[in-house]
Amino acid sequence: MRDMLPLLVALPLGVGFLMPLLEKLREPEWLIDLLATLAALALLGMSVSLVGTANMDYWMGAWKGASGIFGIQLVCDGLTRLMLVTVHIVALAAVLFSTQYMRRYTSKGFYFCLFFLMLAGMNGVVLTGDMFNLFVFIEVASIASYSLVAFGCESEELEASFKYLILGSLASTFVLFGVGILYNLTGTLNMAQIRAQIPALADPKAPNLALYVAAGFLVMGLGLKAAMVPFHAWLPDAHPAAPAPISAMLSGVLIKALGVYALARVFFSVLGPSTEYAAVLMTLGALSMLGGVLLAVGQWDFKRLLAYHSISQMGYVVLALGVGAAVLAKGGPKPVAGLAIFGGLFHLFNHAAFKSLLFLCSGATEYATGTRQLKELGGLAHRMPLTSGCCRVASLSIAGVPPFNGFWSKLIIIVATAQAGYPWLAALAALVAFLTLVSFVKVQRYVIAGELPAPLQGVTEVPAAMQLAMALLAVVCLAAGVLAPFLMAPHIGFLDQAASALMPGLEAAKAVAVGGIAP
Amino acid sequence: MIPYFLAIVLLAVGVYAIACKRNLIKVIIGSMICEYAVNLFLILMGYRWTATGAPIRTPAMDKAAGSADVVQRAQHFANISVDALPQALILTSIVIGLGMTALLAAMAIRLHEKYGTFDVAEMRKLQG
Repeated sequence: MRDMLPLLVALPLGVGFLMPLLEKLREPEWLIDLLATLAALALLGMSVSLVGTANMDYWMGAWKGASGIFGIQLVCDGLTRLMLVTVHIVALAAVLFSTQYMRRYTSKGFYFCLFFLMLAGMNGVVLTGDMFNLFVFIEVASIASYSLVAFGCESEELEASFKYLILGSLASTFVLFGVGILYNLTGTLNMAQIRAQIPALADPKAPNLALYVAAGFLVMGLGLKAAMVPFHAWLPDAHPAAPAPISAMLSGVLIKALGVYALARVFFSVLGPSTEYAAVLMTLGALSMLGGVLLAVGQWDFKRLLAYHSISQMGYVVLALGVGAAVLAKGGPKPVAGLAIFGGLFHLFNHAAFKSLLFLCSGATEYATGTRQLKELGGLAHRMPLTSGCCRVASLSIAGVPPFNGFWSKLIIIVATAQAGYPWLAALAALVAFLTLVSFVKVQRYVIAGELPAPLQGVTEVPAAMQLAMALLAVVCLAAGVLAPFLMAPHIGFLDQAASALMPGLEAAKAVAVGGIAP
Repeated sequence: MIPYFLAIVLLAVGVYAIACKRNLIKVIIGSMICEYAVNLFLILMGYRWTATGAPIRTPAMDKAAGSADVVQRAQHFANISVDALPQALILTSIVIGLGMTALLAAMAIRLHEKYGTFDVAEMRKLQG
């Protein structure tokens, strides 16, 4: 089991670099597709097999040394397991979708090469137990994603990618600055070892200001990667410009792994929750939640609308994490903090499922009709039944309609925020949920319902592989929604028990709450 | 304190170039200045005023330690060396920066092919 951890990074790297070779050897295209699908399946299998195992760690090359300062450590705890499963479900769907969708672009081999490099970077980010490796893996995933955004090489895509690249490189610089200051203060890069020295540095009587400079740089850097609202400018350009399966990966998992996961890891596991950090997280979360949805309501480009909603939905996750941190820092009731963090992580998983599905649906409609302007679409319910059905499921999920997964996670976040003593933030979250619903009613109205416009008379359903990818994610949305009440039912009246419930995320919340990852 | 101040000033210069310059090439140079600000910061943090040379252990250093004990020799070596770990870190960071700059330059060239200019203000395919 333990030996599987480096393999989760090594396998996508190996598969990634095999792809251009196959392309150069002029192997048939189905071989590339088959290899990519098998690799994605194997990675999903490996991450699912990690669910339910105990926390473990792995020292690269068995180089632990007496002090363990210089070794490179991989850590697998509850949060890592949740992220791995989330990333690989979306990755499998994106690979299946790409096998057909990417036919219209040249050089599928290079596309899958970048795709698997991005996957390797994300797996590295969620597995690493070392601040500098966090930076390196963020860079691996980011550089692959910059190239993927520009994959079409049209002027719009190049422009979006250039903007993304400049802001992304600035973000990385900030992250490295923060990591450098932390190294200077503590003399180690290992997360658990830094954590052990933080209480002395953050001593309220004589706080070390450099620690707050480091925290500030990390917030700016990781906030840029997560596209939280003051730092969101690149996302609405970059995500729609990418090919649809890549939009699904970027919105579905990349901003979570590089941004939200890294923020959570740094602020809970490394710096430790404090009221200042919690206030920063809650502010960022609330701003993103409201700003994203207000910008989304007026959009008429299908993918751009979805991209703005990503900002808004990530706001929920960061808000919930901030509320959890605030309760923990004040020494409030642990179950409320656990509930907030659980809600946030559940929403993170749900958002990965429904937002990827929505981007795949937008890709499918674009594939079939050649446009993604909402006003030019319409009446696809009969022509593209499966795409329309999946689009409905995903829209109902993101809008938070009761039987679907988005409802449960938003409900938990709102309840936990109210219980933690922030009724106004809870009301704001409810208002944003309503605006999201309005926005997706518009999507339903203009894409699925209504009259079929004259230019779209000959539209047919997309190929089977793309349908399979969408159906897979729709099943995940439904299952997470329908099973959620069963998973939580015995605990609804007993919030104190919710802190020890069943989901992998909660276990992570507990591990995070007690301040650490396995040493 | 001084390294922090210097690095943040240099970083501000880079951020200014990114935010205010209209020429793509100057924006790229701005992002490189930011990278170098952080690299310089890491190197300065690892520097020790007591250090006498490169952090490579030689027999002469062991002799100068004046003791046959391994731990004391290592201690002496550590006292007269700079911290080598930040140097390893910035080596990685420089390589990453090289990849990033190459990608930026490649995109700037492609954009120049499309628009015939490096001026950001004339590239207006994207709203907001």
